[in-house]
Amino acid sequence: MDFICGFDDANPLQGYVSLMSFKQKLISFFKGLSLYELIIGLGLTGRYFFARKITIQYPEEQTPQSPRFRGLHALRRYPNGEERCIACKLCEAVCPAMAITIESELREDNTRRTTRYDIDLTKCIFCGFCEESCPVDSIVETRILDYHGEERGDLLYTKEMLLEVGDKYEKMIAADRAKESKYR
Amino acid sequence: MTEGWFNIFTEALWILLKIAAIVLPLFLSVAYLTYFERKVIGFMQSRIGPNRVGYFGLLQPIADAFKLMFKEIITPTESSRLLFFIAPILTIAPAFAAWAVIPFNAELVLADINAGLLYVLAMTSVAVYGVIIAGWASNSKYAFLGSLRSAAQIVSYEIAMGFTLVGVLMCANSLNLGNIVAGQQGGMGQWYVWPLFPLFIIYFISAVAETNRAPFDVAEGESEIVAGFHVEYSGMAFAVFFLAEYANMILVSMLAALMFLGGWLSPVTFLPDSILWLFAKVAFLLFFFLWFRATFPRYRYDQIMRLGWKVFIPLTLVWILFVGLMMQTPYKDMFH
Repeated sequence: MDFICGFDDANPLQGYVSLMSFKQKLISFFKGLSLYELIIGLGLTGRYFFARKITIQYPEEQTPQSPRFRGLHALRRYPNGEERCIACKLCEAVCPAMAITIESELREDNTRRTTRYDIDLTKCIFCGFCEESCPVDSIVETRILDYHGEERGDLLYTKEMLLEVGDKYEKMIAADRAKESKYR
Repeated sequence: MTEGWFNIFTEALWILLKIAAIVLPLFLSVAYLTYFERKVIGFMQSRIGPNRVGYFGLLQPIADAFKLMFKEIITPTESSRLLFFIAPILTIAPAFAAWAVIPFNAELVLADINAGLLYVLAMTSVAVYGVIIAGWASNSKYAFLGSLRSAAQIVSYEIAMGFTLVGVLMCANSLNLGNIVAGQQGGMGQWYVWPLFPLFIIYFISAVAETNRAPFDVAEGESEIVAGFHVEYSGMAFAVFFLAEYANMILVSMLAALMFLGGWLSPVTFLPDSILWLFAKVAFLLFFFLWFRATFPRYRYDQIMRLGWKVFIPLTLVWILFVGLMMQTPYKDMFH
């Protein structure tokens, strides 16, 4: 009868099978012959055939997002249009991926401003340290997650591009910061 | 004289038309079988499957076909070019040729020959040459390993499959597929699936193994040897192998429906017999192919061989003996 229960030379469970009592062997023989386990398995997938589908159809449907979501970066301005960044370079110093490059100089009104503020998004690991380190809430990470580059260098975001993102989504950014303000 | 030639010409044209009437719907069913496979497996994994091309993704197979047509066919440098291109043809030709003797209802059959079943067995056996040649001509160790595995598997399960058909022959007393179906007249109770139930199960499992489908798809176990015998094929040459696999699935399901499930006969006597019954039965069996693929993990190679040689062949022999003995008793009507 062992031709059906699966005790052959190549079966590593052979030692185990020889420990089974005659009754256990008989049960396992008929279980094998009646395809019991296989039918149980088919029953499981059969149930899932009618189960609710959990696919999220991305462009039309999206998963819920936290206001703390760390996506594309932006540089913000004050309501009067003045850029917030004071070129303290804390973000550049804290950036673990060294994705930020800043150069600065004195402007005519004797304030220190950046002349260059680059974030290489291909280096960035989206840890959010730059945002945390910023004393003036200038560099922030937004909820935007679907952006792309088509050529080499497209993902090297310059100061102008980052300010543009900030200008475009200021409402959303401000709302998210307001929601989070009591935890910061 | 000219009239004779004209008659031969019209005859040939008529046969060609009939072949087209079988092969074109077959191509379409193969295309949509791939679609349903992706849908069914998706559903069983809590996904929704293809749904972007056309309504409910219904144009997906057509998009796939166009993609494959426009892809480059790459021939490996050291391959044997002639054999490399003969192999896919040798795989798909028998899969389609076997349809010549399949009866769709009592009158609708292209070639009503006496030894129809034998012809089908012969045709499906030829397909293994395509597999061997494909593996050899590719000049790749993975393709070669895959083709050896696949060939050994197909040959082993053909024996078990052949024996199950012997059981049907004993019941039907005929090798003609039309007569085999006619012998099952008189409602669901008369179908050969009941007296030959173990043989039906073994036939169906062997059919899954014959067509190299999961869980017997070691020939293309992705984790070990990528795609098996057709690793080196791309574009349309690959698509032909793909078509052959699905055409074979439909063929073996069709045979199961004809020989065990009463073909085009209605399951209940008060409903008329119709070709639609046949299609419904084939679709039902095909669903099981997809269901198996979504459910079972792949067999180890030695397990496949053990199942084929040490389980199925003895079991079929025992049941054939049992049927033979029962036919000598007063209960022989149960086995017609």
